Amino acid sequence: MSELFWILLSAMVINNFTLTLFLGLCPFMGVSSRVATGLRMGAANIFVLVLTSISAWVLNTYVLADAPYLRLISFIVVIASLVQIVEMTIKKVSPTLFRELGIYLPLITTNCAILGLAIFQTSRGYGFLQGFAFALGAGLGLTLALVLMASIREQTELADVPAIARGTALVLIIAGSLSLAFMGFAGLLSAG
Amino acid sequence: MSPGSVHGPGAPAPPDEPRTPAWRLLATLGSGGALAGLLLVVVYQLTLPRIEAHKAEALQQAIEEVLHDPARFDTLYLNAGQLTRELPAGADPRALERVYLGYDDAETPVGFAITAAEPGFQDVIRLIFGFDPKTGALLGMKVLETKETPGLGDKIEKDSAFVSQFTGVAAPLQGVKKGAGKGKPGEVDLITGATISSRTVVRAINRALERWRPALAAYRERRP
Amino acid sequence: MKKTTPAADFARGLWRENPVLIQMLGLCPTLAVTNTVANSIAMSLATLFVLVASSFLVSSVKRLVPNQVRISTYVLIIATFVTIADLSLEALVPTIHKALGAFVPLIVVNCIILGRQEAFASRNPVGRSVLDALGMGIGFTLTLLLMGGIREVLGNGSLLGFRLFGPRYEPWIIMILPPGGFLTLGFILLTYAWWRGRAAAAARTRELAARTRAPAAAAARAKAVS
Repeated sequence: MSELFWILLSAMVINNFTLTLFLGLCPFMGVSSRVATGLRMGAANIFVLVLTSISAWVLNTYVLADAPYLRLISFIVVIASLVQIVEMTIKKVSPTLFRELGIYLPLITTNCAILGLAIFQTSRGYGFLQGFAFALGAGLGLTLALVLMASIREQTELADVPAIARGTALVLIIAGSLSLAFMGFAGLLSAG
Repeated sequence: MSPGSVHGPGAPAPPDEPRTPAWRLLATLGSGGALAGLLLVVVYQLTLPRIEAHKAEALQQAIEEVLHDPARFDTLYLNAGQLTRELPAGADPRALERVYLGYDDAETPVGFAITAAEPGFQDVIRLIFGFDPKTGALLGMKVLETKETPGLGDKIEKDSAFVSQFTGVAAPLQGVKKGAGKGKPGEVDLITGATISSRTVVRAINRALERWRPALAAYRERRP
Repeated sequence: MKKTTPAADFARGLWRENPVLIQMLGLCPTLAVTNTVANSIAMSLATLFVLVASSFLVSSVKRLVPNQVRISTYVLIIATFVTIADLSLEALVPTIHKALGAFVPLIVVNCIILGRQEAFASRNPVGRSVLDALGMGIGFTLTLLLMGGIREVLGNGSLLGFRLFGPRYEPWIIMILPPGGFLTLGFILLTYAWWRGRAAAAARTRELAARTRAPAAAAARAKAVS
């Protein structure tokens, strides 16, 4: 089995960013009440994650090799600027797409999944292609978790949920069950 | 992000704020960045010796464990397909793969310590093992990093009956179900309930040995 | 903002505006590193340090920073302190640093910290900002300790590494795995909502009782007199 495929599937389901690493919880809690919005948020995330992975690779390879202590500051500055640039570009190029994704883009800056991706990629020493597969897998995994959560929440709106459980407590308990289900993916890729 | 509006009561910015010149914005960020960088360099220099010492200590402990307390060890870098102790000038040691060669009190080589990694049940399992090319047998194995399920998969690290099998077993290894072995030299009993994790350990060692064997053999021959 | 006493600045974050349980901020570290009490302690201390140091600095330089670049400046300040905390943890307690892994650098994007700079430290004097940061940081610490305590006791049968039960205790391993994080916080919030609901109901009952008792007592007094 190719290493890239393993990295992608591992980041997507076995070590899903949201459900096993708790990264990207803010959008997971905040914009998971509708499947359609969940999908758009997911798409915006995949896009920014891939760009971040490429930038982190460039930074690590050409700029930060001798100054690891500046890594965190550089990453956060680059991510913030990147999101800003993406936002401006989309606004210029496709106003329709901007209307669809626009409000999610600023939210992404403080999404820990993005910084988390850059940090994990660095600590595991991924190269360019490995980083790309990792970012793609992580983004797809975030989208999967968001959509799953949104479709369950759409169902619970009509259900008779006890008053004390409405809101975050319910979302957390659903997330716990989803996380439990995702544990079943472990071992998927280790050829026995 | 922050709850509440930016221009709440008591906010520093009045509604009719005079435009701040661009140079002031740049100067603020620039000087802030420079100060931050300076501070970090100082802290980095202060903490670096201890961090390096911890890392060296952890590595040394792992090597002592899998080579059974050698008198000393050398770090050998794989440069252009050959193992060398001294790197040619200009080569970046961080980019090179390496093994460690242990010696006993009489300066006789006792074996190589080799690191290996392989995707396990949850995530990549990293380990180090000792190998004696003279006898073709393993000297020991220690798991360096694992995220396997506590109580099941992490037995590859905590089950001493499993770990101790890697001392003296002949390579290449063959994982067998507990009790199903036929007494062949390379057999390792897998852990019931952690079959995948324990088989990953066996596979990681076999693959690493396969990969390193030519370089190890060549290095041995060149030595007097 | 209302005029408040120093005690109120400090106490706000502990319970009434607890950053995790009430404001739902900083969920990522709350769930990710609370599988043991020791990890919870290290994480909370690192966050407390970054929060207090950032609040102090932001509050001190708030007049020098132009409004347009204030968020960038705060992030710069926070990232600097987080790197310091990360390097210090690695130098002082390498095993815990390894267990926390990437979650120490991720303190940068902990919404509690940036949120307090924007909502409090950037518009209040230094002393009050530090008190506020201390309160929020300790509120965060208490929540993490609660999570870590529940998860380690149930999931590993130990507290700070000491075995609590006999060898026959079968640990709920799931509690120290990721699902346990979600479920523990979910049930803590449920309990809290239940307790608040009961307290509110009790207050209503008392109020009603007081209203009905007052005329009754007056009637009883009138009867006694006659």
